[in-house]
Amino acid sequence: MIPNDTHIQSDKGTSLWEDAWIKLRKNRLALIGLSLLIFLCIMSLLTPWIAPYGYEEQDLLMGATPPSAQHWLGTDIFGRDMLTRIMWGGRVSLMVGFIATAVALAIGVIYGAVAGYVGGRVDAAMMRLVDILYALPFMIFIILLMVVFGRNLLLLFFAIGAVEWLTMARIVRGQVMSLRKQEFVEAAHSLGLSQWIIIRRHIIPNTLGPVIVYTTLTIPSVMLLEAFLSFLGLGIQPPQSSWGLLINYGVETMEEYPWLLIFPGIALSLTLFALNFLGDGLRDALDPRTSKD
Amino acid sequence: MLSIPEPQRTNEFNNMTSLLDVKNLKVHFHTRNGRVKAVDDVSFSVNAGETLAIVGESGSGKSVTCYSLLDLLPKPPAKIEGGTAMFDGEDLLTCSSERMRHFRGNDIAMIFQDPMTSLNPNLTIGEQLIEPLIYHPDKARRQSRNIAKCRAIELLKEVGILDAERRFKSYPHEFSGGMRQRVMIAMALINEPRLLICDEPTTALDVTIQAQILELIKKLQKSRNVAVIFISHDLGVVAGIADKILVMCNGLAMETGNADKIFYNTEDDYTKRLLNAIPEGAKTMVNRAQDKSLVEVSNLRTWFKDYSGSKVSIVKAVENASLTIKRGEILGLVGESGSGKSTLGRSILQLAPTTEGTVTFDGTQLTGMSNSQMVPWRRRMQMIFQDPYASLNPRMTVFETLAEPLLYHGLANKNNITEQVQSLMDDVGLARAQMRKYPHEFSGGQRQRIAIGRAIATKPELIIADEPVSALDVTIQAQILDLILDLVERHNLTMMFISHDLSVVRYISDRVLVMHHGILIEQGDTESLWANPKEPYTQNLLAAIPLADPVSERARMARI
Repeated sequence: MIPNDTHIQSDKGTSLWEDAWIKLRKNRLALIGLSLLIFLCIMSLLTPWIAPYGYEEQDLLMGATPPSAQHWLGTDIFGRDMLTRIMWGGRVSLMVGFIATAVALAIGVIYGAVAGYVGGRVDAAMMRLVDILYALPFMIFIILLMVVFGRNLLLLFFAIGAVEWLTMARIVRGQVMSLRKQEFVEAAHSLGLSQWIIIRRHIIPNTLGPVIVYTTLTIPSVMLLEAFLSFLGLGIQPPQSSWGLLINYGVETMEEYPWLLIFPGIALSLTLFALNFLGDGLRDALDPRTSKD
Repeated sequence: MLSIPEPQRTNEFNNMTSLLDVKNLKVHFHTRNGRVKAVDDVSFSVNAGETLAIVGESGSGKSVTCYSLLDLLPKPPAKIEGGTAMFDGEDLLTCSSERMRHFRGNDIAMIFQDPMTSLNPNLTIGEQLIEPLIYHPDKARRQSRNIAKCRAIELLKEVGILDAERRFKSYPHEFSGGMRQRVMIAMALINEPRLLICDEPTTALDVTIQAQILELIKKLQKSRNVAVIFISHDLGVVAGIADKILVMCNGLAMETGNADKIFYNTEDDYTKRLLNAIPEGAKTMVNRAQDKSLVEVSNLRTWFKDYSGSKVSIVKAVENASLTIKRGEILGLVGESGSGKSTLGRSILQLAPTTEGTVTFDGTQLTGMSNSQMVPWRRRMQMIFQDPYASLNPRMTVFETLAEPLLYHGLANKNNITEQVQSLMDDVGLARAQMRKYPHEFSGGQRQRIAIGRAIATKPELIIADEPVSALDVTIQAQILDLILDLVERHNLTMMFISHDLSVVRYISDRVLVMHHGILIEQGDTESLWANPKEPYTQNLLAAIPLADPVSERARMARI
């Protein structure tokens, strides 16, 4: 009955993440998304050295000109180079997108997992807090933060993250509540594992699918939120820029100077596509039920 | 045997042309991983008034066969590759969808496995019953609401629903599982079909209810002379009601013949294997129970608060249970669903919060301990769960699953963990090469082996097995039962074996407890309890066990 094969296929074995990488490499769309994101990030990092002009440098003779050999993506009404401004804007937008989402992710997943796993009164209390924060007009919340601590970019990240985690917490809590009743969690409990190990090893990895999908949706919405705040004067200030701000100004002059809207729009959409493809690919790659070949 | 066999029964229809005649049916599934031959060249026929049982393990194609007759398969991926199914002179496989609707409404009805999910929870059962009458596809045969209602109430009475006028207005959740299945049967019969297809209609039901439903189907069949196709994985269930049996395996028809031939003189090896796998008779292993008791439970109460109703009610899942488990014995715990047997098992392991009473393990009282105090004790007592699909973390490989308890309890270190996991895999009969695979890559039986491996990893003294074989096919079930017996002997385990299946419990246990509505009503050594049950409930339970013996089963049906 007992098989006596002395030869073992792979003694090393592969972890969940190694497996995921093998599977991700076979998903062409996800790879395109990943390379695009890496490209955008590198561009943003190198902007101060490779941008063709300074971000506040004005070419007073060429205000609001369409794309030309001199200014590849045209200039805005003040004669500033659009390519340069999009590159500088990308630094802010990507940073806001990634950092604020990371903040939302960390708080949301842990908070939701604890509430869902512990359940009962603790869960009720924790979720009422979420409801209260939901009900609070978040503009007031952010304005208060800005007034108390003064305006700074780091605080902006934190403020947006602190608003976005609410939905994440709810999603994770729902997942965890159904996972908690699964027999494999009870089995882990009967092995005597501590609560924290059960949450970390058995519960959180099984919520990855929805969490990844929601994360890829959060990043672009965070970028737009930043634009909205900046537009109200609560975020970053001109002459600095971000994609969201550029789009907002572009909308105003859409009819006369369409390129002011189109190019920042393309930059944002490309990021969004890249994130969605990568997110879908990651979700499949991290699910052991999809095959490796 | 006291019974009178009825040899003419199957012959009396042989001269007539068959109501349904299926020839060379082939159904293939075109999936991403290639073509799966779900049904491969299967032929059978059913006459009016006759019952054909299609028996096979999961994946044998028994349900696909019947679903293809009513065009209920998702296409794609399913595709009917060939064959004919003549129903009363017309081919069901090639008829138009309009014609198929007509057949479904009038001539062929189906009963599904789970009465819970096949009724719409938002409509009263009366509304669902009269639907086929008042919206009949054939306009001329539509009936007014009042006539339909009278007809439905009449049928509800016929299938044994008491107080049918009032129950007509009830919602599905107000019925028990068995009653719901009766409603489903009434629904199937409302248009007086000529062929009734039952897809495992009793699998989700308790054994006493199962006997009642089987008897009801048989009775209705006789009074209406309908043909029945009865799909089941359990040869014991079909023994009493089948005239003819088709045994299927991997899409192939292994054997067809009348019931007596299949049960008493089968020539097919697969059928023989199926029959041999049915657990029957007493335990053959010696009773290894010692005098010392390992677990003592006294006056244990486990109550839950139920918030589902308008008022908070208290569910007394376990009420005043007292028992001892002796070292080395296998103690069976039987009861129907909702009897509290699983809760009792979990309460002993302190996985369910107890309300009152004490549980003592090896002289130490466990009740009242905090979670952290329990940790060293958890190593000494483990649990095997029912559903091997739910009890393994889908994101952990076999290695990770088996290594976790070993590393956590310090029974292995980083250097010898691979070796330890391998010897564990040998122990439960898993190939070492499969160490890095995920649970979904295994079959149900193999998964249960992984789960058993995890349970014995910490070298526990007590294992509580909660229905460990009820989700498995009968041949796999036999293998897992033998594995459990083997492990109990080799590792000196003490076991509490919880099951609703009395034959399995008899095959494996030294001593048996019977539980009913949260109360332990009877206990005794397995064989003496079987021979001489004292409580009427136990007597009924034992009498309801279906045996794989057509002659005695038919006699029992005739008696009722």
